[in-house]
Amino acid sequence: MSIESRKIKHMVRNILTARPDEIGCVECLERMDRFVEMELEGKSPAEAMPLVHDHLTRCADCREEYEALLEALQHLHEA
Amino acid sequence: MQERTNQQWLAALSEPGTEQELALADLRVFLVRGLSYAMADRPQVGEADIEGFVQDALLKILDSLASFRGESRFTTWAQKIAVHEAFTELRRKRWENVSLDKMIARYEGDFAPSILTDPDPSPEQRVTQRGLLETVERLIVEELTERQRQAIVAVVFAGMPTAEVARRMGTNRNALYKLMHDARQRLKRRMQAEGISLEDALSAFETSSGKRSSTHHV
Repeated sequence: MSIESRKIKHMVRNILTARPDEIGCVECLERMDRFVEMELEGKSPAEAMPLVHDHLTRCADCREEYEALLEALQHLHEA
Repeated sequence: MQERTNQQWLAALSEPGTEQELALADLRVFLVRGLSYAMADRPQVGEADIEGFVQDALLKILDSLASFRGESRFTTWAQKIAVHEAFTELRRKRWENVSLDKMIARYEGDFAPSILTDPDPSPEQRVTQRGLLETVERLIVEELTERQRQAIVAVVFAGMPTAEVARRMGTNRNALYKLMHDARQRLKRRMQAEGISLEDALSAFETSSGKRSSTHHV
């Protein structure tokens, strides 16, 4: 069985950057609406909400939902 | 759609009646448009799917009004719920016939040599990658519980959504994330104790991941 090197690299990075104060998916989802709005307002959500940003870099499922929400709201605001 | 403040949305949706029906109709239109944009690059998701996701989301929204904290626009919060409902359902359907045990069995065992199928690394990098992977594999066996190991293999290697892995393991998405977080912290301590730095580890993959992203099936 082959495992793509990018998956291994991602796993190793995730291990070596693990931090004790990481938040889980529930907390990330709770705060995602504010995070997305800050992004749309041109602010720096990663600085204001670093734990949400950190979770989004680690969790593919939450990142997928965040990107979809951002896409939806960008278009709705443009319309 | 009628413009409403957050308070007006909450007031309209809280009590059954004409105001609630009008607000739900407006919200439905907004969520359908938003989800249509969000799903634009997923041709397998049709209009009927989106209508179904939004219907489920509206029920969830009505049930969850008390949890709206007012930190964003109400419509942003509602769209977030619609997106979450949609992805939860899409992932469930995508993986419903996949057995966790079979998926884990595909990846378990000696995964260290797999990286050697990557054609890009130089001979030096191959040696570095092999050493790193053998170390990671050994630490996974030595440090992690059976459940932690299963979760990492299913989510990281097999690419299963955390909610789907969690359901099959009799837990929830948040608890599974915590399980994997504990596993990563254990592995981090051991890797650091063995003198593996983040910079060294990542540099071992720089060339191979940067030049090509093909998947190799052996």
